[in-house]
Amino acid sequence: MAADDRFTLQPQGTGEDEIIGTRSEIITGPVADWATDFSHLEPEWSADPYPIQDDLRQRCPIARTERFGGAWLPTRYEDVAAIAYDTDRFSSRSIILSNFRPPRELAPIGGSPPISSDPPFHHEARKLLLPAFTRKTVARCEPATRAFCHSLIDSFEGRDVVDAAHDYAQHIPVRVIADLLGFPPADGPQFREFVEDLLEGINLPPDERIERVSRLFDYLLAQVHDHLDQPRDDLTTYLINAELYGRKLDPSVVTGAMALLLIAGIDTSWSAIGASLWHLAKTPGDRERLVAEPGLLPTAMEEFLRAYAPVTMARLVKQDMHWHGVNMKAEDWILLSFPAANRDPAQFDQAGDVVIDREVNRHAAFGLGIHRCVGSHLARMELRVALEVWLERIPAFTLDDPGGVTWSAGQIRGPRTLPLRIG
Amino acid sequence: MKVQINPELCQGHGRCYDLAPGLFRDDDEGYGQVLSDGAVPPEAERDARLAALNCPERAVELLEER
Repeated sequence: MAADDRFTLQPQGTGEDEIIGTRSEIITGPVADWATDFSHLEPEWSADPYPIQDDLRQRCPIARTERFGGAWLPTRYEDVAAIAYDTDRFSSRSIILSNFRPPRELAPIGGSPPISSDPPFHHEARKLLLPAFTRKTVARCEPATRAFCHSLIDSFEGRDVVDAAHDYAQHIPVRVIADLLGFPPADGPQFREFVEDLLEGINLPPDERIERVSRLFDYLLAQVHDHLDQPRDDLTTYLINAELYGRKLDPSVVTGAMALLLIAGIDTSWSAIGASLWHLAKTPGDRERLVAEPGLLPTAMEEFLRAYAPVTMARLVKQDMHWHGVNMKAEDWILLSFPAANRDPAQFDQAGDVVIDREVNRHAAFGLGIHRCVGSHLARMELRVALEVWLERIPAFTLDDPGGVTWSAGQIRGPRTLPLRIG
Repeated sequence: MKVQINPELCQGHGRCYDLAPGLFRDDDEGYGQVLSDGAVPPEAERDARLAALNCPERAVELLEER
């Protein structure tokens, strides 16, 4: 086999391992006023962001914070959609809001293409991934996913209380993504650390954050080498061999895309599965109806995705401008809250209620516009199979300790501790 | 009734081919495509409306005949 020397050097431009870029002061602590000092990293937000978003939507509706070097939070569907569609004025160069702004030169590729890419590069990079994530392609993973869900429930044998977030929801996407990328399933616990480091370690000191991010890229590079030595039919080998503009990908694009699939594929589905089970555990009427009418699950699932949308994205303002009533400055962050958009009464009837037979549900849980979640078909398959298997095997369950439920902090929100009584 | 997909708006969410598999399919990149000529038989009109009303990008268009 011909040597592939793209990967002999440390990849460049992987985002936070760059020295350049702009750091802002780390500000933490209780929020004074959500309209002028919001922070999605404070415990009040992770515990229950919806009343905060509803309040802001009525009185703001675009909130501001001086934390993170300056950021805006639109809360109306209309504003969230307008920003998602406007790739000329809002860049995806960094989609995780933090105290570090990567250098402008990182656009239009960004650290983890194509989610971090702007046009025109975005289109080509996304085109590479799309065929691997169609409904047909992901359907091939369904039997293994279903068998894995059953094996997780088999492991509950003899227990009256299980942690559905820790013992069930989280394992499903970890296994699916490991299989897709061709990583050893035994490395699962490490993936979860990578995810936490990237998505929840936002306010850590810069050196520590860089150290943690480089751990991820060291791991990915080791996987690339393993796949170069032993090519196999998986996404890692596919990315190593893929061509863009007539040549093979830059190593940073290969590892950046791998990082994206690993990070974006885990916390998100884990959160959606967990939030759905949380809802069913505390809403016996909905649970009983879904057990009696399994055919309603695809509709109910869309409602869980609307009401408990796990994913919030970020954008960076490209230049100073007056936008929908506020003065945005170049390099201001936008916290692009699809969850807030999904509960806007101007867009949805009974926006604050979970209506499991809602037939018209134009929600934005997977984003809008060119950055529509590339893994949405995979996520829907995982969520559907996870809920089908759970409801079939454990039709009766309740929250064991409502006060013991904990939620992740940051842009991906879902239960991280979910004690359920199943026996 | 006829259905069509505006390819400028479609982002491949797949709601149309999930909700109305008799009228739509996906292409190799997951974008929606109209099956045949887009004519909607009367018994599929409800599916067509659901597909249009659930498209997050408003890419599915219904052409009602008078």
